Amino acid sequence: MSAPVISVESLTGRLSDQLLASADSGGCASSSCGSSTRPDDVDPAIWDKIKDHPCFSEEAHHYFARMHVAVAPACNVQCNYCNRKYDCANESRPGVVSEKLTPDQAVRKVIAVANEVPQLSVLGIAGPGDACYDWEKTKATFERVARQIPDVKLCVSTNGLALPDHVDELADMNVDHVTITINMVDPEVGAKIYPWIFHDHRRYVGIQAARILHERQMLGLEMLSARGILTKINSVMIPGVNDQHLIEVNKLVKQRGAFLHNVMPLISDPAHGTHYGLTGQRGPNAMEMKALQDRLEGGAKLMRHCRQCRADAVGLLGEDRGQEFTLDQIPSELTYDASKRETYRELVADERRDHLAARSEAIGMVKIASSGKSLLVAVATKGGGRVNEHFGHAKEFQVYEASPTGINFVGHRKVEQYCLGGWGENATLDGVIAALEGIDFVLCAKIGHCPKDQLADAGIRATDAYGHDYIETAIGAIYAAESGVPALTATA
Amino acid sequence: MAFKIIASQCTQCGACEFECPSGAIKFKGESYVVEPQKCTECEGAFETQQCASVCPVPKTCIPA
Ligand code: SF4
Ligand code: SF4
Ligand code: SF4
Repeated sequence: MSAPVISVESLTGRLSDQLLASADSGGCASSSCGSSTRPDDVDPAIWDKIKDHPCFSEEAHHYFARMHVAVAPACNVQCNYCNRKYDCANESRPGVVSEKLTPDQAVRKVIAVANEVPQLSVLGIAGPGDACYDWEKTKATFERVARQIPDVKLCVSTNGLALPDHVDELADMNVDHVTITINMVDPEVGAKIYPWIFHDHRRYVGIQAARILHERQMLGLEMLSARGILTKINSVMIPGVNDQHLIEVNKLVKQRGAFLHNVMPLISDPAHGTHYGLTGQRGPNAMEMKALQDRLEGGAKLMRHCRQCRADAVGLLGEDRGQEFTLDQIPSELTYDASKRETYRELVADERRDHLAARSEAIGMVKIASSGKSLLVAVATKGGGRVNEHFGHAKEFQVYEASPTGINFVGHRKVEQYCLGGWGENATLDGVIAALEGIDFVLCAKIGHCPKDQLADAGIRATDAYGHDYIETAIGAIYAAESGVPALTATA
Repeated sequence: MAFKIIASQCTQCGACEFECPSGAIKFKGESYVVEPQKCTECEGAFETQQCASVCPVPKTCIPA
């Protein structure tokens, strides 16, 4: 099975076509020219830090890939949604990993991936276990990688308990992205999520445990903010436990300088053997998630493109090539070859400038079309910010909302791949349609008559008319048509 | 004189490996195990056995 990445080759082909097209028009016809090397709503100083980080920038996630290495298995907190014992190759959830690595093995793996995956820009250490608690291994891995591949960004995810002890070292190692999982700011709520913590050579339980954790999390966050390190706060939304409380969490972390807030749905399944899985605590559905995220708008900026990757995920967000890079497939001697990454970066720089110009043009148009309507559009894409995946091949759809405020990414819907080996399964299609609840339009590179008709019966219009266009350009055209405004002519 | 880990109860959190002052705990194959020759029961280093005090599951790190 081929991995859904944009290859350097396909990008080159497409780019040369575009270069020809723009040469005809004098190269620079767009009114937003000049201001379009970053999205309009991002501060230039911050843009420099996030422009290659797929998790910190929604725009960057179309182009850049991350990888996680699991080097720090020891953990000082138990969460009711986590069970470090079971690892199943068929499931994806954060904290789950098939291979625990030593720092040396991890460095080998990073080099292997950097040689093969030109999109790689970020190395993260994100469990299972806690990167700041199991610090020696985290540090050894980062130091070795920084020596060999200096331009890979380093980031860690932590529960925050041991974070204050290592903020200075993180700053010294140029780690400029840290994710802290914060599920509560009230120890009463915390006691329902964390059965115990281990701190200062002692185990704590109940409210006392949650209070210590809370205080350490706030301290760590403040220390990071003071040093200009960007922070993302991950919160697991647990219906009936902390769903309403997350509004308070959002407010407090924003006050302490958090850059992004990422609310993720609880994943609970009895088969995972977690406390919540076994006690039947349910996770939120897609519409509940969106409702909460909408209520949080206006607080700390929300991240909506998180895919809850496995702790050993490799590739663009939404894909996982981890299985291609297990230790047994990596030679014991490896040298870093920067050529693929360098070529890719040069190509992307141009493609991106073009995309950003097209994006701001489409958004501007949607704003002036001002029909007052709002449309939810699901897009099948395999990266590069384009409508370029077949309906039947999509494992997820990226969801955008077009409204008088512009075109905004609002999340993604995971689906079971409908078409396998050329045949579509009807039962699977029903599942896909259910997952697309509330969606007005589906955009894809190709779709057959039959699924198209069935989607139409469910009130969802699907089209492949915008195949290979930029996502925003396609959405802008649809929005304009819906509002009875003449569509923009294609820019590239 | 050594401690051992009851594999069926261990959640594989890895905390004991990391806290053991003697480097006696390793992840082997499927589970964490104590190498009895290396385990000192933390004598001279800590008041209590670190594996037992860090372990979240009661009666999982016990005298062998
Ligand atoms: S789990 Fe979320 S934050 Fe972590 S790499 Fe995946 S998308 Fe980014
Ligand atoms: S008793 Fe002490 S020395 Fe022995 S395994 Fe446990 S932590 Fe290590
Ligand atoms: S601390 Fe306990 S549960 Fe954790 S790995 Fe060691 S024996 Fe297993």
